[in-house]
Amino acid sequence: MSESAISIQNIGKRYTIGQRKPGADGMRHALEGAMRTPIRWLKSRQQTKLKQVDIWALRGVSLEIKRGEVVGIIGANGAGKSTLLKLLSRITVPTEGRFVVNGRTASLLEVGTGFHQELTGRENIFLNGAILGMTRAEIMSKFDEIVEFSEIEDFLDTPVKRYSSGMYVRLAFAVAAHLEPEILIVDEVLAVGDAAFQNKCLGKMSTIAQSGRTVLFVSHNMEAVRNLCQRGIWIKDGKVYRDGNVEEVADEYFHSFAKEAVFFCSNPEYGLTIKNVVLKNDRGEASRQFRPGDDLIVEISYEAQKRITRPIIALGVLGINGSCFTANMLLDGHRPDYLMGTGRISCRFRGIPLLPQSYAIKMRVQGADVSELIVGYQDVAFFDVVGDLAEYGYVGEFTRFARYSTPVVVPYEWSLPDGTTASVALCRSVS
Amino acid sequence: MLQLRNIDDKIMTGKRDLTWQDPVIPSTEKAEMTQLVVEAGRTERQYWRDLWRYRELFYFLAWRDLLVRYKQTLVGVSWSLIRPLLTMVVLTFVFGRLGKMPSGGMPYPLLVLCGMLPWQFFSTAISEGGNSLVSNSSMISKIYFPRLIIVVSSVITSLVDFFISAAFMIVLMIWYRYVPPVAVLLLPLFILLVFGASVGAGLWIAALMVKYRDFRFIVPFIVQFGLYLSPVGFQSSVVPSRLRLFYSLNPMVGIIDGFRWCLLGEQSKIYFPGIAICVVEVLIMLVTGIVYFRSTERTFADVI
Repeated sequence: MSESAISIQNIGKRYTIGQRKPGADGMRHALEGAMRTPIRWLKSRQQTKLKQVDIWALRGVSLEIKRGEVVGIIGANGAGKSTLLKLLSRITVPTEGRFVVNGRTASLLEVGTGFHQELTGRENIFLNGAILGMTRAEIMSKFDEIVEFSEIEDFLDTPVKRYSSGMYVRLAFAVAAHLEPEILIVDEVLAVGDAAFQNKCLGKMSTIAQSGRTVLFVSHNMEAVRNLCQRGIWIKDGKVYRDGNVEEVADEYFHSFAKEAVFFCSNPEYGLTIKNVVLKNDRGEASRQFRPGDDLIVEISYEAQKRITRPIIALGVLGINGSCFTANMLLDGHRPDYLMGTGRISCRFRGIPLLPQSYAIKMRVQGADVSELIVGYQDVAFFDVVGDLAEYGYVGEFTRFARYSTPVVVPYEWSLPDGTTASVALCRSVS
Repeated sequence: MLQLRNIDDKIMTGKRDLTWQDPVIPSTEKAEMTQLVVEAGRTERQYWRDLWRYRELFYFLAWRDLLVRYKQTLVGVSWSLIRPLLTMVVLTFVFGRLGKMPSGGMPYPLLVLCGMLPWQFFSTAISEGGNSLVSNSSMISKIYFPRLIIVVSSVITSLVDFFISAAFMIVLMIWYRYVPPVAVLLLPLFILLVFGASVGAGLWIAALMVKYRDFRFIVPFIVQFGLYLSPVGFQSSVVPSRLRLFYSLNPMVGIIDGFRWCLLGEQSKIYFPGIAICVVEVLIMLVTGIVYFRSTERTFADVI
């Protein structure tokens, strides 16, 4: 089983972007230039080439992935994860280096690639299957399983354009999940669909993983990566930054955020700039460390060049294993009438009942209409909760495992058979 | 630095040799197992094998296009009959009645339809084949399969329309009590020729369109002018004989002449130099089309 499934040697992918002369790629430029002054045109082409900016999305990456290994690939947006998967799935070719893949590969970089809106569910199963590389006989033999998995029996002969987005995703994943390749490459496809279905997909993927097949899995969902994978590869700035046990790599990845992040983002279309997001404690000092039960103030400084009426701001506090709690104007309805000029919005979370772990704050800004996404849901700040749990009613030698626990703890009280009671509360002692 | 890297490469390749020489030996199943080697700057050797592996996709994509085409239309497939019928009526009226072009003793509608069969096939094939990559761009950037399939299956879709029109041609021949000559047995060769021309031109246009969207405007021009520059509404014998060779540089001339010769017989005398030019042109177009398509195909996902 030590046989290699994927062997990547010093692979690199270069993209040329920006700073090209306008119209340089239009045909008029190419033809006209070539016809009028062929020599100068050739020269000018060389010059424009020099002016172009080359971006190495990936460089000098060498990896050896063994048969049956389940590998989680993590990294920030734009680090090169997707480029790596695109190269391995042969959608694009490497600029340098080489790789060898042993075995039939299927890649799922997007759910529902090749689905046609006008076709029915049944027709799309066949079409999508064929695009993914299944033969008709294979699809036929898997058809019932696919339908059952996707839970859309009643809508098989309805065009998929009439499907709800949930049904659409279910059907698309179902087809892909039944590919049975030797090597499965999956990009962030679980970001869609409801929680129940996500779990079902993860279940299916772990079945695939357990059946001895090689899986490459890219996700921002650390919980999914931890549960599914043994090995973690952290891609950073187009290079392999860490490679090893998934727990260690994922932990380090998560911690790395807290150090580097200063959030800034701008959406020219709506004229909104988020200048920064600062976390403060109840004394008004900027801080990245809080104690259980502290107040956490999230302060957002913005500049609105255009008037933004009734925006919806949502904040979420996330731990390593997912969402803890949120403050969401969409739900509570306390939306500002408008944003104009510079200003601040802050949100005070009172007495955060969180165990000592690392956390991230995510933010989303929507316009008056929910469909206007001004700032997409993304990490804006990071903090750690630190403290000695002994102060909060925790006793015993296993307290240290609190680091891996579900982080939110509401005050609770045990009543034991001997009549004693013990209370635990992650709030500051009243003393 | 460069030297160092070379040494590095050698070590790498050495290591690879060690790891994958073993598995080849044990069982037949392993030998059958696909191994894929992708190397920067090298054309992939397994391309044609992939094409074979994905052969069913030709069918599925063509099937999709056909299924989708007439969804939410009132008269459905009848459109593939109505279109040639109306065009035939108009062309017969313009060239036969108003233009008083010679028909060589044949019913004019038959003459026109015979020219329209290959022309409509070619023109829909290049407009839809040419557009096929761009209109399937979401697929191209998310999944791998030989892109050639997209273009060819779109040409196959047009071929289906061609056969529907051909059935109409048969009906019309029965109506006019017209018995085709023995040369009709050679018709498959000309169908092959027009198919080759469509695939060749389709590949060129599709590949160029990925980079230069200008072709979105150029192709309709070609189609519009081509209808009048090719002998669709008239016989190519009306072209002065000293210009005939020059006229035959348009590959559709040879193809349409061939169709008329096969279906309508002696009345339309065949001009062999024209056919020869056409065959050579189609071959060149097909071969260069495949070569150009293959050379640009690797970057489609980056450019599209």
